[in-house]
Amino acid sequence: MGVVIQAKGVKTIFGDKVVHNGLNFKINEGEIFGLLGPSGCGKTTLLREMVMLQDIHGGSIDVLGYDVSKISHSNAQKLRQQWGVLFQAGALFSSLSIAQNIALPLIEYTDLSKKMIDEIVKFKIDIVGLKYADANLYPSEISGGMKKKAGLARALAMDPKLLFLDEPTSGLDPISARDFDALILKLKELLGLTIVMVSHDLKSIYDTVDRAAIIDEKKIVYEGALDNISSIDNQFIQTFFGESYE
Amino acid sequence: MLNSDLKIELSDNELSIVFYGKFDLYLVSSYQKQINSVSVHNLKTVNLDFSNLDFLDTAGAIFLNNLQDDFLSKDKQVNIISQNQIILDTLNLTKDVKAIDLGSIKEKSFIDKMGENLVENYKSFVSFIDFFGIVFVSFLKYIISPKSIRFCEIFFEINESAIKALFIVSITSFLIGLVVAYQSAYQLKLYGANIFVVDMLGISIFRELAPLITAIVIAGRSGSAYTAQIGAMKITQELDAMKTMGFDPFAFLVLPRIIALMITMPLLIFVSDMMAILGGMIIANVDLSITTELFLNRFNEVIDIKHFYIGIIKGPFFAFLIASIGIYRGLIVKDDTQSIGFNTTKSVVESIFAVIICDAVFSIALTNLGI
Repeated sequence: MGVVIQAKGVKTIFGDKVVHNGLNFKINEGEIFGLLGPSGCGKTTLLREMVMLQDIHGGSIDVLGYDVSKISHSNAQKLRQQWGVLFQAGALFSSLSIAQNIALPLIEYTDLSKKMIDEIVKFKIDIVGLKYADANLYPSEISGGMKKKAGLARALAMDPKLLFLDEPTSGLDPISARDFDALILKLKELLGLTIVMVSHDLKSIYDTVDRAAIIDEKKIVYEGALDNISSIDNQFIQTFFGESYE
Repeated sequence: MLNSDLKIELSDNELSIVFYGKFDLYLVSSYQKQINSVSVHNLKTVNLDFSNLDFLDTAGAIFLNNLQDDFLSKDKQVNIISQNQIILDTLNLTKDVKAIDLGSIKEKSFIDKMGENLVENYKSFVSFIDFFGIVFVSFLKYIISPKSIRFCEIFFEINESAIKALFIVSITSFLIGLVVAYQSAYQLKLYGANIFVVDMLGISIFRELAPLITAIVIAGRSGSAYTAQIGAMKITQELDAMKTMGFDPFAFLVLPRIIALMITMPLLIFVSDMMAILGGMIIANVDLSITTELFLNRFNEVIDIKHFYIGIIKGPFFAFLIASIGIYRGLIVKDDTQSIGFNTTKSVVESIFAVIICDAVFSIALTNLGI
């Protein structure tokens, strides 16, 4: 099992505030890796750093063998086609319909025929559990849960090996959230994805995550499987995992 | 439940304050008045009697804690009489809040504020220059590989920000031509210099009025739309999504808008020229009885073609300023709803200001060059 992402001594500073002070962790191929921690600990920031939306102020992050802080423009473009990102609210392009959103990367990056692209779009819509009848709706016309599913379909459009999910179940009702978890697990099995997700949803974390890193006090306080996590002596872990884990 | 009331009993050197019923935030100020009216000079002991109190809210508790502290600081002995655990707990709860030092927020001095403002302005200036740099590099990328030019988006933007603006630009220019001619007709009639209305209209409209009016209308209409569109895309993380998918927002959003406006601005100015002259011609005909034929002959004689070119040349410059300020303001929108409105206002004000500055520079440069 290869290493997909490796972070060494990652530092992040906003103004005077140190957010991360030397984070080290690695994410293996084929696992669902959770980034957890109290509010404001910089989980989403770390995710944004991994997908090159934000610069780091020290250390290094290797994603699929590229060091993202020293990557050249053409390699960065190559890397971006190998991952999919699902943002918290879906971040669908509001001027395009769902089908057009999913088709966009295919149109831009491949020379597939229109017919072929349509078929791929149909397949992606089906795999995330949307109805094809909804394909021509615009993002403003669909519900939050559908936006997330459509965002996931777009993230999967290029058949990435690596998927980043930013709070995939937040804002969903419990039933949709469990459906979404099941969907993520199914996709992981089906497509052999490596998934990195930021989440607050305890149920979703236990159901899906293989390994997790917990960020607290600017450091990683725990990295590994969740089996014995409640024995770790840390306030956040104790309050988050302590009682509720049976 | 007892009626809420307060009884103050004073004897020798002992003060008893007895609370009845409930004590909540609506009663705080009236109780305070009553307690303040008692002179506490030669008192030794204060009894706060809560045994008849059914309910105490946190505002009341904070008031009572302050009262207690106040008496203690004046060397009085305070006795609290209560068996009600809930009331005692409420009192303790608000006491704990006091014990936590919230830290004081320091009021900044005038000099500090000025310094911070200066640094902020400097930073935003640098980031604007940064933006220009990226625009320039993206332009070069377009030129190096013409394949990557987003023609589809450019045509879309031409339609959105120019063709749809044709009507408003025409009508505004027509009215401006009308008004300018009407005002000057009155003055010129006094001197019998009717025919000079042609000279005046031709030069002022071609050189200055048409480009400026067009720029102002476009800044208000399209520049603000750019800021709002891109700002909203930033808030909904669409820009982030584009970046992670490897679509450069500069190639997809920024340059098509700038290029579209730079192409269409001269054409809009041309339309504006024609409409304004038409307006002037109508007034000349009605008010100064200059026939269309006479007007056009005189026009041909006295108005150099250079005036027309100067007005048209300004177009791309104005367009670049309007589009880039509008887009820049959109890109720096922050993650809150206030920010879009603030930046849209700023973008219109700044782009009109920039257009006028640019026009002044043109004016001075061209006059000195003798054109």
